Amino acid sequence: MLSKDQIAQRIAKEVKNGQYINLGIGIPTLVANYIPESLEVVLQSENGLLGIGPFPTEDQIDPDLINAGKQTVTMAKGSALFNSAESFAMIRGGHVHLTILGAMEVSENGDIANWKIPGKMVKGMGGAMDLVASADNIIVAMQHCSRDGESKLLKECSLPITGRRCVKKIVTDLAVIEIDPDGGFVLKERAPGVSVEEIKEKTAGKLIINGEVPEMAFD
Amino acid sequence: MINKTVKNAKEAVADIPSDCTVMMGGFGLSGIPENCISALLEKDITGLTIISNNAGVDNFGIGLLLQKKMVKKMVSSYVGENSEFERQLLEGELEVDLIPQGTLAERVRAGGAGIPAFFTPAGVGTEVADGKETREFDGKIYLMERWLRADFSIVKAWKGDTAGNLIFKGTARNFNPIMATAGKICIAEVEELVEAGQLNPNEIHTPGIYVQRIFQGENYEKRIEQRTVSK
Repeated sequence: MLSKDQIAQRIAKEVKNGQYINLGIGIPTLVANYIPESLEVVLQSENGLLGIGPFPTEDQIDPDLINAGKQTVTMAKGSALFNSAESFAMIRGGHVHLTILGAMEVSENGDIANWKIPGKMVKGMGGAMDLVASADNIIVAMQHCSRDGESKLLKECSLPITGRRCVKKIVTDLAVIEIDPDGGFVLKERAPGVSVEEIKEKTAGKLIINGEVPEMAFD
Repeated sequence: MINKTVKNAKEAVADIPSDCTVMMGGFGLSGIPENCISALLEKDITGLTIISNNAGVDNFGIGLLLQKKMVKKMVSSYVGENSEFERQLLEGELEVDLIPQGTLAERVRAGGAGIPAFFTPAGVGTEVADGKETREFDGKIYLMERWLRADFSIVKAWKGDTAGNLIFKGTARNFNPIMATAGKICIAEVEELVEAGQLNPNEIHTPGIYVQRIFQGENYEKRIEQRTVSK
């Protein structure tokens, strides 16, 4: 099974030249480390920065320059700063090409739940609902199963919903999956060393397998 | 030009009473009105409704107001960094309205801009939509949301002038410019206060019309939540 970094590495292969991208907190933030130098993309930070640069060195640290995860960052060349209403106008207005975020559960018709576990964890949804309601292309980074071994790819989400019918692609520690428009998890790739059988066992929702499923390639 | 200068935070917040609604700028701890928060802590008031994207951390920012039990209700989009907040929320000690960040931003913007309601796709099909009107436009469902306005809005800027014009720095900008417009009384604390005429009008982010009181703040800690350096 893949590590968090490897999930990020596989997702980075989905990035196309010239895209404006929003990366959620957690594994999605790691995707930035694996985008090939040859691709020109711009990372949007919901808190008002277009053009997130690399993490700063000690002497570059600026408390007035943070990303959505409240980490200190730098600005890329050609970046721009703006307020929160402007930021979400950019997001809601469909100007961000690709959104990558984490999930607790995804359903076989593309619903996503990632903001609340009632009675246990209520951190809030932040920008997630705006992002999933507006982006054309949404890729989810997640663990295939919970710590108790329960599948997180379900027929229907049991946790409070973040967005309906919005997820297009999922990369888990076991597989790359696309959501079938008519419902179902289409298995596209297996993690190295992981069998189709194992993925079948660990997917509670409808798993669709079309022919042979290749292993993920990490060049 | 009208002069809106007050002496300090204490003077700026002197008439903020119990049970009112206060907007506070900031994203995480970036761009929070540190001086006004300290001044509020000195006051003997309770029952505040605070509209702010986050709730600070346990022992800094809005977290301090929560610790002192001054807050009846929070309207925020993410409170994950504050475990005291999460505890008060789960135990029912604190009322919380968690709303999508973009919706929060737009509701505040609408409040200052005289737009009583608008439609957004964020939250459609989720519990955020409970009890609210939805409507279809061009084949897609949207959710109706209302404007947000406050008795007081407290913002933090980088530079300001005596006419109330404000310039922000970096990602400390975030909610501050919009909240400045949506409070009946807007209080602005700035790192550097200059005379009207010193700032280039081309560079002003928030025109002074929105600001009622301004003062030069001091001793900004600018605490960093996640100090992250490149390896």
